[in-house]
Amino acid sequence: MNKPIRTISIFLMLLFAALLINATYLQYYASGKYNDDARNRRVVDADFSRHRGAILVGRDPVAESVKSDDLYKFQRTYPKPLLYAALTGYFAYGGSITGVEKSQNAVLSGNDSRLFVNRLIDLLGNKGPEGGDVELTVNAKAQKAAYDALTSLPGNVKGSVVALEPSTGKILAMVTTPTFDPNKVATHDFQANQKAFSKLEADPGKPLLNRGVQMALAPGSTFKVVTASAAISSGKYNADSMVPGGATYQLPQTSGESGLIDNEGRDCGVKTVKFTQAMENSCNTVFAQLAVGVGADAMQKQAEAFGFNADPSSVFNDLQGTNGKTTLVKSNFPTDMNPPQTGQSGIGQFEVRATPLQMAMVAAGIANHGTVMKPYLVDQVQSADSDTVATTEPEKFSQAVTPETAREVTKLLVATVNEGTASPAAITGIQVAGKTGTAQSGQDNVPPYAWFVSFAPADNAKVAVAVMIESADIPRDDIAGGKWGGPIAKKVMEAVLNQ
Amino acid sequence: MAALSPVRAVTQATMFRSRRGAELFLLVLALFVGIGAYAAVGLGVDQQVPPDIVGYGGWLVALVVAAHLTVRFVAPYADPVLLPVVAALNGLGLAVIHRIDLAKTDTDFAAKQLFWMTVGVGLFIATLVFLSDHRALQRFTYTSGLAAVLLLLLPLAPGLGTEINGARIWIHVGGLSFQPGEIAKVLLVISFAGYLVLHRDALALAGRRFAGIDLPRGRDLGPILAMWLVSLLVLVAQRDLGSGLLFFCLFIVMLYVSTERAGWLVVGGFLFAAGVTATYVLSGSIGFLVHVRNRFDIWLNPMEYYDRTPGSFQLVEGLFGMSWGGLLGRGFGEGRPTRVPYAESDFIMAAIGEELGLTAVMAVILLYGLIVERGLRIALISRDSFGKLMATGLAALVGLQVFTVVGGVTRLIPLTGLTTPFLSYGGSSLVANWVIIALLLRISDHARRPLPDLSVPDDQDEMNTQVVKLP
Repeated sequence: MNKPIRTISIFLMLLFAALLINATYLQYYASGKYNDDARNRRVVDADFSRHRGAILVGRDPVAESVKSDDLYKFQRTYPKPLLYAALTGYFAYGGSITGVEKSQNAVLSGNDSRLFVNRLIDLLGNKGPEGGDVELTVNAKAQKAAYDALTSLPGNVKGSVVALEPSTGKILAMVTTPTFDPNKVATHDFQANQKAFSKLEADPGKPLLNRGVQMALAPGSTFKVVTASAAISSGKYNADSMVPGGATYQLPQTSGESGLIDNEGRDCGVKTVKFTQAMENSCNTVFAQLAVGVGADAMQKQAEAFGFNADPSSVFNDLQGTNGKTTLVKSNFPTDMNPPQTGQSGIGQFEVRATPLQMAMVAAGIANHGTVMKPYLVDQVQSADSDTVATTEPEKFSQAVTPETAREVTKLLVATVNEGTASPAAITGIQVAGKTGTAQSGQDNVPPYAWFVSFAPADNAKVAVAVMIESADIPRDDIAGGKWGGPIAKKVMEAVLNQ
Repeated sequence: MAALSPVRAVTQATMFRSRRGAELFLLVLALFVGIGAYAAVGLGVDQQVPPDIVGYGGWLVALVVAAHLTVRFVAPYADPVLLPVVAALNGLGLAVIHRIDLAKTDTDFAAKQLFWMTVGVGLFIATLVFLSDHRALQRFTYTSGLAAVLLLLLPLAPGLGTEINGARIWIHVGGLSFQPGEIAKVLLVISFAGYLVLHRDALALAGRRFAGIDLPRGRDLGPILAMWLVSLLVLVAQRDLGSGLLFFCLFIVMLYVSTERAGWLVVGGFLFAAGVTATYVLSGSIGFLVHVRNRFDIWLNPMEYYDRTPGSFQLVEGLFGMSWGGLLGRGFGEGRPTRVPYAESDFIMAAIGEELGLTAVMAVILLYGLIVERGLRIALISRDSFGKLMATGLAALVGLQVFTVVGGVTRLIPLTGLTTPFLSYGGSSLVANWVIIALLLRISDHARRPLPDLSVPDDQDEMNTQVVKLP
């Protein structure tokens, strides 16, 4: 009987080998998959109990872990909740993590490979693992100025301000209103936390929405910066040229009221008008004709060079939703347009949609001699001992226009601040370039959106700003980008320049 | 020389040393594992060595020493590795169960398990003392077969049996619950072995050849097939899938070993495949099979059944725990093994994987491998067919059971409810497994004992052949 016993031995040996291999697979190779599962309470609870690193603006924490006496050991706390909620996001129980808390989760929780050496030292020194800190690019004064200016508008303001450093793409300020208090959702009191979540989700003002990146609206006349860039890039015009104008313009292939564009009474010449005057007075007839003139393809190419239609994750990833994907929404420039649609899109209407971040990129691109930098929010990663572990290198997004074209467009925008509709943003002693916008929402019961983009100083810009006011308690007839958006942009630029 | 060596091989039987000293040394190591793990649990969970460590450790030492002395006196040539391996596994199991007690705070599984270990060691000693020759068991071929069937039927008796988690495999007497099926497994091995030893020639040689397979005569196969069917039916009625599978495989293995006909493996494999297919096809209409099908679906897609009922919560929590444990484990007190339902019994491997890591899981699997290897080695060197067959059956029983439960917990195969030998909380299983080891040691002692000296003395001629001495 020994032969079959040997056969059985080999069979059982194979079974045991299978057990060993499978256990190795499970606990070594597949462990990552199981540990990343959102339903894995072990990992969720352990993460929630971590001594996370802080999110810093300058040297001040805007999110930090404070010791708590309960099961979870540390309570995530947000010292300036309303000012920074849209940037920090929140760190709530059950993997409900957003914003920089989410995008920098690996660093903050201490799992990032760049913190490996520190983690090893922690382990040897018998210290509990500590997460690394994340320093934002935000300029505290600009952020405060933007928030104060936006909330000082009458009523419940819905809007956003985004400020960029044109030469690097650093986000100097990003504000959205209404906002929320992340402390209320990060609490360990899970009943209170659920209540806070339900209340925020039911709020018609959508306070959880970061209007700076998550809302793309018709940019209206601020889009004329893009149209002007396309027109000048075509080689037919410069800032001193005469451009086709007129009090009204009937879009090609149309007849009657619906295809007729006017200038709401502003002086835009009879047949032609100076390019500077056209920008100063925000002449719809001019920019519709320019757009039709360069054609749908050239307009699309120009818009896409500034970032329209780009995959949002290729543009900006520092703010993420709970799913780990960027919260930035796509800014849209329509494709395959006919000439009348092209004319409409040239003045930022039709199906053109832009986020405030996108419009800030347009302004920053012109300010930076045509080079659009990739916007970013995380400047540095630091170890728990505040040693800098990594610094983000500025990255070029695209060359939207040539430096020459940028210079010509800047001339137009300077004139607009000095002589035209953008004058509320003028700063004494500093040359500002800017453009207003008042975009039709396209719906009767929704008031127009007020926009403003600007940068300063015009020849060597340190800051580019986009202001978007979705709605505020302003009479419908009085809504105008220059009047309401201009002063906000001015305060933000001053905050950056007066350092 | 070349002509001499085969002759030498035949005439010179291997001489085994008793190796009791080696066993004692290994037992000391095993006690380090058991008592050390118990101390580590206290340190990890309560930041202090458990206050009862001396009493606990003393009791464990006493049990192990008693077992060792028994072996030394009544089975001096028994295999020296089995007892230490079993002592280490039992000690580790106790520590892990104690760990789970500390987390649950309202259970005293470890104390009960220690009681059952004492009973187990008691039966181990009794088996070795009272069973001086394993061949005596051959007389009880039919008795143990009948007893096994009765034990299996016991939980179905109204008033006595209780249903826990859908499986009716428990009986309650007084305050104690017991799984008679665990004892039945051992009796079945004895019964199979006894029957097959008598009928192996008939099973192997008589009968017709059909499609390349030698089929036995019905009258040779009838009784054992009937017994096998009865056991399976009982198990289906009790919804104990794991034991059913185990019995089937055990039956095939012993049949194959006794007849030396690989055809039985083919038949077994075919029946197995047919069973799986039938289950899948019929699962829409028959209640019990739906249960089986669920297990199968859960195995294929555990993540999708996490929140469902019947669902994969237990399996997936076990997988989460083991992956969280990784290579070295979280350490005692740092994991959350109680998230897995029944972490102290069926899922104790998940608890070990979580807190002690892949390292400990591998060590435990290798210890089981060692038990199986020693058991099969005993079968190989055993001098009688009954001993060979019984040792093979017992070793295969342990091996198959470990594969079924550990494979189920780690999602190598669909999950079926079985205890992990020596580790899982549960008196019946622990006691039965101690008896299995006692039987293996008894067979081993018999196999390794030096043969009585039957050789004719050389000086025979010079001996006094005078029958009657004249004055």
